[in-house]
Amino acid sequence: MDRLRDKIVPVTAILLGIVAIWYVGAYLMNAPFQRDLDRRAGETPTFSEFVAKTMTQPKPTLPAPHQVAVNFFENTFLRKVTSARSLVYHAWVTLSSTLAGFALGTALGIAIAVGIVHVATLDRSLMPWIIASQTIPILALAPMIIVVLAAIGVTGLIPKALISTYLSFFPVAVGMVKGLRSPDMLHLDLMRTYNASGFQSLMKLRLPASVPYLFASMKVAVAASLVGAIVGELPTGAVAGIGAKLLNGSYYSQTIDMFSALLAGSLVAIMLVMTVDVVGRSVERAMGARPS
Amino acid sequence: MSTPRKMNLVDTAFQRVLLFLIIILTLLFYPLLEPPYLSGPGWQSVLILPLLAYIILVLVQRYRGTALPPVEMGVGLFLLAYVPICLSSLRGFDGEEAPRNYWTTVAACALAAWLLNDLLSGPKYRTGWRGTFAKFAVPAIFSLTLLFLWEVLVRAFNVPFVLLPPPSAIGVRIANSLPVLAADVNQTIFKAVFAGYAMGCAAGFVVAILADRFLFLRRGLLPIGNMVSALPIIGIAPIMVMWFGFDWQSKAAVVVVMTFFPMLVNTVAGLTAAGHMERDLMRTYASSYWQTLFKLRLPAAMPFIFNALKINSTLALIGAIVAEFFGTPVVGMGFRISTEVGRMNVDMVWAEIAVAALAGSVFYGVIALAERAVTFWHPSIRGG
Amino acid sequence: MNALASPTQPATATVTAPVIEATGLGLTFETGDGPVHALSNVDLAIGKGEFVSFIGPSGCGKTTFLRVIADLEQPTAGRITVNGMSPEEARRQRAYGYVFQAAGLFPWRTIERNVALPLEIMGYSKAEVAQRIARTLDLVNLTGFEKKFPWQLSGGMQQRASIARALAFDADLLLMDEPFGALDEIVRDHLNEQLLQLWDRTNKTICFVTHSIPEAVYLSTKIVVMSPRPGRVTDVIDSTLPKERPLDIRETPEFLAIAARVRDGLRAGHSYED
Repeated sequence: MDRLRDKIVPVTAILLGIVAIWYVGAYLMNAPFQRDLDRRAGETPTFSEFVAKTMTQPKPTLPAPHQVAVNFFENTFLRKVTSARSLVYHAWVTLSSTLAGFALGTALGIAIAVGIVHVATLDRSLMPWIIASQTIPILALAPMIIVVLAAIGVTGLIPKALISTYLSFFPVAVGMVKGLRSPDMLHLDLMRTYNASGFQSLMKLRLPASVPYLFASMKVAVAASLVGAIVGELPTGAVAGIGAKLLNGSYYSQTIDMFSALLAGSLVAIMLVMTVDVVGRSVERAMGARPS
Repeated sequence: MSTPRKMNLVDTAFQRVLLFLIIILTLLFYPLLEPPYLSGPGWQSVLILPLLAYIILVLVQRYRGTALPPVEMGVGLFLLAYVPICLSSLRGFDGEEAPRNYWTTVAACALAAWLLNDLLSGPKYRTGWRGTFAKFAVPAIFSLTLLFLWEVLVRAFNVPFVLLPPPSAIGVRIANSLPVLAADVNQTIFKAVFAGYAMGCAAGFVVAILADRFLFLRRGLLPIGNMVSALPIIGIAPIMVMWFGFDWQSKAAVVVVMTFFPMLVNTVAGLTAAGHMERDLMRTYASSYWQTLFKLRLPAAMPFIFNALKINSTLALIGAIVAEFFGTPVVGMGFRISTEVGRMNVDMVWAEIAVAALAGSVFYGVIALAERAVTFWHPSIRGG
Repeated sequence: MNALASPTQPATATVTAPVIEATGLGLTFETGDGPVHALSNVDLAIGKGEFVSFIGPSGCGKTTFLRVIADLEQPTAGRITVNGMSPEEARRQRAYGYVFQAAGLFPWRTIERNVALPLEIMGYSKAEVAQRIARTLDLVNLTGFEKKFPWQLSGGMQQRASIARALAFDADLLLMDEPFGALDEIVRDHLNEQLLQLWDRTNKTICFVTHSIPEAVYLSTKIVVMSPRPGRVTDVIDSTLPKERPLDIRETPEFLAIAARVRDGLRAGHSYED
């Protein structure tokens, strides 16, 4: 009951409000063009006819929510998943490179964090750069990676996955450095009284202690991975993927297609973050975290 | 655990003297200024190889935890002497066979840099002015080593220019294209990023205050705001380009949307940061909502707000640059990157990325400085 | 004062070499505000099977002394041996179990896995681990709680689990740093009673840091009174109480006499300073 009152009702109300504003916006933004059309055709529709017309343009400036919903539904459920017009197909293309890059990036991030925590030289050499690199618009590298790798004959999933790797390893590395350093002095002293080796401390203390940090940073990383994969699909005029769908839409002013591609991308993102969240929660529960 | 014999090899002061001697001798006898530089008389390998062995030995001993004489100065001098030799002799053999001793010298340089960093990471360089010095020197040495290896490897192995240009070529390109780069920075950063950043952050802040006033709004907006931060917002770029045209306005619009939600979420979280005791205190004064807001809750929220400002500085740059991939007038950093990539002028792309990195760091740095000034009372700042 | 700070007489009923022997031990921390003398010129010998309490106000170096025994701090002066070795060698041979102020159980491990932690690190076989878990949990009366996570236990039970963890690998020396400091009086009495029984059954040497006079007197065969700035030993009192100690022994005149002497020692340390 509390959940209903505190969360579901307000969120639904705000979402409905957004849809309402969207409809008003669609009317306002599509109206000038529609007025122009009507004037040329010499028609004088009533207000309600006019409103209906602004909601049914084939290439509206701002498509109405139901137009996007219909387009999304058709391209998701009514087409064969192997069809080039199926959103499932495009989402899968993007998702596969996202996941490959995310897995690689997470592994790399953990490895770097372990190195930083255990080797003082690495800590002092690398850590400032890892922090500084967070302030750098890394995504600007994406087109170059794609084109340069294409120039030496590497195309398809790998270049996109590399961009995703690049984007996802930073948050994981930073989060894991924090996590691996999170055990308090008491626990570290305890390991010392057992004369535990560095590797034993890592496996039995530092890694388990860093699990909450790992999943928190993986949530950021998986979202960044997806952005990397989408942007990676932009520069080459890739034929498949959510980014390619967006680019095509913008070439031919297919706004409805663009919005449903965006919707697909957002759903993939939410699905990915929620998956990481659920896995994280169940791992933490298995490790005895107090249920909240 | 190490044998006493091995310890003796590096554990005495005469080793240091020997190191200096080798360096001075090599400097005297290398034909530094005439090509082909490194191909001096054959007996010099007699000097180089023990030097390499010495450095490796010192590294191994360090990781075995043996005490060492202070060799920082010697290693530093060695780097100063040999790195220019290695770099200048590159001109002699682009793609040809390397001069005698070349790779051993390069390896000695890289290892010596590692050793120097290792020494500078030791307990002696943790506090005081030495600590401050090491804090900057270590990452600097690390990055110079990377640049050095990048330059040497790319040129020695004739890596295709398209794949990876040497850093020197990028440096030359930056120096030769300053006007173009300046115009791009002006278009992308001074117009699109700043306008969008200011509007997005301000809007996020205002909505956060509203959400704070009205509980219902807060409960509805916060989950949505948290969720949106995971979405690929950058995908709205082509739509914004369609709506607002090719010029900077469309990029600013992307930046507004990207920066709005982090600001909203962080400010709302920050406004709950003031403690119960302090809030009760304000209640005992019968202070009004706005008085409490300005005197207590906003100051307490500042660390959160600055966190959002910092996150947004990076997001804004990314947003503006990527939005330019979808269409711009013929100026702008994103435009330059995408067109020069098409023409295979990768040195220009790298130059643009270097400038973007610099701009991003400066932007972030300025905000971080402002944060230090505003939230000087916060433990994370006070504690140093 | 000199008489108070004199080195200890050989402990009662010990003929073997002392387990811990410190001579002229000193430890100075370098801080931003100048050196802090945590320990200064400490001479002490602890025999096998003794229960030694270290008592004194905060900053008197009692915890530091325990940490020096455990090789968690390195002395800057004097010498100390543990089982006739340097503390580092003793630590490498896993010569002692250490109980901290807080239970410090790993929250992601069940009680039995927490007790198993040192055994895993020291490479015991699976069967041996299982058997030792059962035995030590029984020693601290926690049988039946094997599968619980730390947060499902009360503070006193958590601290008992951490004692079980320290006992699991059967070191002859047990170092306890204010293990019951954070618990309430009633739980504390109960645990003190159990600790004495445990000491009686296992015949271990126990070093116990506390700042409670009754606790020190009740538990110990020897009480080391310390005072701060610089941290030093001001008195060493050999208890005359019998080995069998019910809780109400604390009302006997004998007990009160020892407690009074401890209090005098503490006061002497203070007047010396202020």
